Amino acid sequence: MLGVLTGFIEELREAGVPVSMVEVIDSMRAVEAIEIDNRNSLRETLRATLVKNLRHERAFDTAFDVYFSLVPTVASEPTELPEGGDGPHEQPDHQGSGEFDLDGLLQGLFQALADLDPDALRSLARAAVDQLAGMEPGRPVGGTYYLYRTLRRLELQAMQERLLAELIGDDELSEFDRRLIREDVEARIEQLREEIQDEIRRRLVADRGREAVARTLRRPLVEDVDLMHATTSDLADMEAAIGPLTRKLAARLARRRKKRTGRLDFRRTVRRSLATGGVPVDPQFRHPRPHRPEVWLVCDISGSMATFSRFTLQFTHAMATQFSKLRSFAFVDTVDEVTDFFGPGVDFGSALKRVTTEAEVVWKDGHSDYGNSFETFFSRYGSQLSPRTTVIITGDARNNYRPPRGKIIGEIAQSARAVVWLNPEPMAYWDTGDSAMSHYSPHCTSVHEVRTLRQLEEFVEGLTLPAGIPALKG
Amino acid sequence: MEFESPQVVADALRSVGYLPNDRIAQVVFLAARLDKPILVEGPAGVGKTELAKSLARVTHRDLIRLQCYEGLDESKALYEWNYKKQLLRIQADADHDWEDIEHDIFSEEFLLARPLLEAIRAEEPVILLIDEVDRVEVETEALLLEILSDFQVSIPELGTIEASSQPIVILTSNNTRELSEALKRRCLFLHIDYPDPTREQEILTARVPGLSEHLASQIAKVARSIRNLDLKKAPSVSETIDWARTLLVLSVEDVDETILGDTLHVLLKYQTDIEKTAKELVSGVTD
Repeated sequence: MLGVLTGFIEELREAGVPVSMVEVIDSMRAVEAIEIDNRNSLRETLRATLVKNLRHERAFDTAFDVYFSLVPTVASEPTELPEGGDGPHEQPDHQGSGEFDLDGLLQGLFQALADLDPDALRSLARAAVDQLAGMEPGRPVGGTYYLYRTLRRLELQAMQERLLAELIGDDELSEFDRRLIREDVEARIEQLREEIQDEIRRRLVADRGREAVARTLRRPLVEDVDLMHATTSDLADMEAAIGPLTRKLAARLARRRKKRTGRLDFRRTVRRSLATGGVPVDPQFRHPRPHRPEVWLVCDISGSMATFSRFTLQFTHAMATQFSKLRSFAFVDTVDEVTDFFGPGVDFGSALKRVTTEAEVVWKDGHSDYGNSFETFFSRYGSQLSPRTTVIITGDARNNYRPPRGKIIGEIAQSARAVVWLNPEPMAYWDTGDSAMSHYSPHCTSVHEVRTLRQLEEFVEGLTLPAGIPALKG
Repeated sequence: MEFESPQVVADALRSVGYLPNDRIAQVVFLAARLDKPILVEGPAGVGKTELAKSLARVTHRDLIRLQCYEGLDESKALYEWNYKKQLLRIQADADHDWEDIEHDIFSEEFLLARPLLEAIRAEEPVILLIDEVDRVEVETEALLLEILSDFQVSIPELGTIEASSQPIVILTSNNTRELSEALKRRCLFLHIDYPDPTREQEILTARVPGLSEHLASQIAKVARSIRNLDLKKAPSVSETIDWARTLLVLSVEDVDETILGDTLHVLLKYQTDIEKTAKELVSGVTD
């Protein structure tokens, strides 16, 4: 057991989940306290002691399924179908797929789904994998290949419709009731899909060993996904992490030096005076209210930045709830203010839609033109910049070989408190091809490579800005 | 502690009207067994605080609650010297020897215990609920560390006060910010999410007397359906319970579009959410 547990923890760390020594010891103590033969109980025990962040749960579940999978039913011993709807099934010969009773299996699955019978579902899923996945020991293909092969034959779409028809029956149902039933059916089909996936994983583990399977299943944690190539589901996962991050950024920007300003705090002064026998030698003052930082976000939303700009707009959206004085701008080859699209209570989808349809960000041809965008930006909004404004620019600085006009950034920086540039490209690619980063970076207060959520966190964490007005401490 | 297995925990919680899933029962069991605090995280209104309250009922212990907020400091969370009383003492004894007085005014008599110290000093073991810990600043979190790992409080003038009885500590967080590693390391982590329809149906039947099985199942399904939409604030369990009560008062037997449309404001609290849900579910626009 200890060996498996150590391997499991090793795998968690490999996958990027931070597990400290103390937590390892805790998990061992916890495992001693439970009944080890209950898999679910073991799973929750390890989860509670080892994973302290919701974002890491997916990695945990994958690793757990690999390391603590049930002993698979040996593939050479085909599982018997349970007694289902139409008579006893023949013992199928799994080598020749032609002999196999696919219809019987489908009927059985349909019945199990309709009756919500988890045990039957599980054993049928096992039978389906037996017959349809065509798993060959030692063949170096991933689990998704087998999953695809199995699901293709099961025709889940048809199954779903049949189930839907069965549950709705002949009744005249309103659209509302239909919707509820449809969602129910979808959940059941999803359950079947998971059963099959689990079964395939179990067999892969038996065939190749835990380490190898864990390695192929490893996926980057949400915070390590490259923002330029994130999928929509990755972006959805990130959304949860963005909220706390913007709050932290708000706190960072508002931070200021502790000064002896503000009104005398009488209560604390008297309390403090007790140490000196009632003589108030050390007067205490109320903390001045933190000032409200002004933030301007300037985002490149051109085609090459599609995924990243979706992310930055998501970030903008979250920021808009934090900063009352947030202004946001979008640009491609010219710039437009989009602050109003992100008002409080607006949902992100409709804000995104308005940015892409209503904002006037194209001037000539719709290819990025940083120089022109910045010039327009400065001439239009420059006079409203104040020494309290922090300007955050996001973009890859790929300027299509147009004049970069880096000096403009210098002028913006002069009027603002700080100009921070977040670039989603790896630093090694800066200034290659049409990237004009070096024209801009000397004029910025700081430039950061922000390819992943983790880097964005690091940026927020390490943010130090020059003193604005009033004096600020980094 | 007195629990023999997670199943015992689950049954006990059920008996006071809190329906735990496997995960909750398991973590509570471990916390009691290993004497570790539980950090409960999850969306608002899924029963995080309720868990602590129910545990107090199950174990017949007192619940001491520390509500966190921005600006919470040690004089509100840990202890404070009763300076008025100290001043009085000094003035009353003005001609006494200073050394005596000094020794005297920093004694337990002049100490005002705040929730954390109170939990530590309690004669009988208690349940300590530290609610919405994500609201305090990172710096203030450090105040909690000593109590969480060693169940003790250090007071410079008095020395270290150790727990006379082991409290069960429950921290809740709405995850509005990332808690520090140091804090998380000391706790068992429990994430509570919205329940699946089957469990929600059970919760509804347990919490709303007189609710029919059929209506409970419908409510649970509608709740899932609404949570699937991309909303600003999805309906919480407490809101579905409110909704169930509303439907009961209106003596509704079967939920349909009209009723949902009329009572949507019980489930959702943002106008944009209400509009969106109405558009999706009520007027029958499908995807």
